[in-house]
Amino acid sequence: MRVLYFAWVRERIGLPREEVETSAQTVAELVAELRGREERYALAFSDLSALRVAVDQEVVGFDASLTAAREVAFFPPMTGG
Amino acid sequence: MSVRVQEDDFDIGAEIDALCEGRVDIGAVVSFTGLVRDMGGGAQLSSMALEHYPGMTERALETIEAEARARWPLQGVTIIHRYGELAPGARIVLVLTASPHRAAAFEAAEFLMDYLKTRAPFWKKETTEHGGHWVDAREADDLAEERWRQ
Repeated sequence: MRVLYFAWVRERIGLPREEVETSAQTVAELVAELRGREERYALAFSDLSALRVAVDQEVVGFDASLTAAREVAFFPPMTGG
Repeated sequence: MSVRVQEDDFDIGAEIDALCEGRVDIGAVVSFTGLVRDMGGGAQLSSMALEHYPGMTERALETIEAEARARWPLQGVTIIHRYGELAPGARIVLVLTASPHRAAAFEAAEFLMDYLKTRAPFWKKETTEHGGHWVDAREADDLAEERWRQ
């Protein structure tokens, strides 16, 4: 599964994207796996209320299913315009 | 294509001409342009970097455009949003709406901007003499979007 990071999430983790081998069934399970990896991931995912997530380019909740998902993206609330 | 995400600047007059070309049924065109503003706050802004999510950005803007077209009798819509490094005063975003009468064009332009602010995957990072910081989302922008759903 392709995992993307944007804005300060990208900066904290130090990567714009990576391929992740996972059996996580939901976004929350994926977050738990990533948090357990290294300090920089734990830091990036320390406050989920400051984060948004998109699965296959649709914004979803952290309880969303990852069944058949190809791409998951984590980012702060959007600030365009 | 009425939705464009690009690094390059845009020409507002040329975009209005393109929207109206060959048509005599349009009665009103509203344009909104967003600019990089020096926020003050004690430190002068030297530049603003706009990051986006290629692919999702275009999809989100097309969805927002479709919602506006479903709500108002629009004859044309143009949305251009820039990304990359932008200097104070630079143009960031252009929204054009065309309709037979002005009310629909005004309302739709405001709707498009309110939705774009909270739903299009862009993130702004400001650089001042004190370094860089990511711009926080504003509650006022969430409230502005919510009122269209009431």
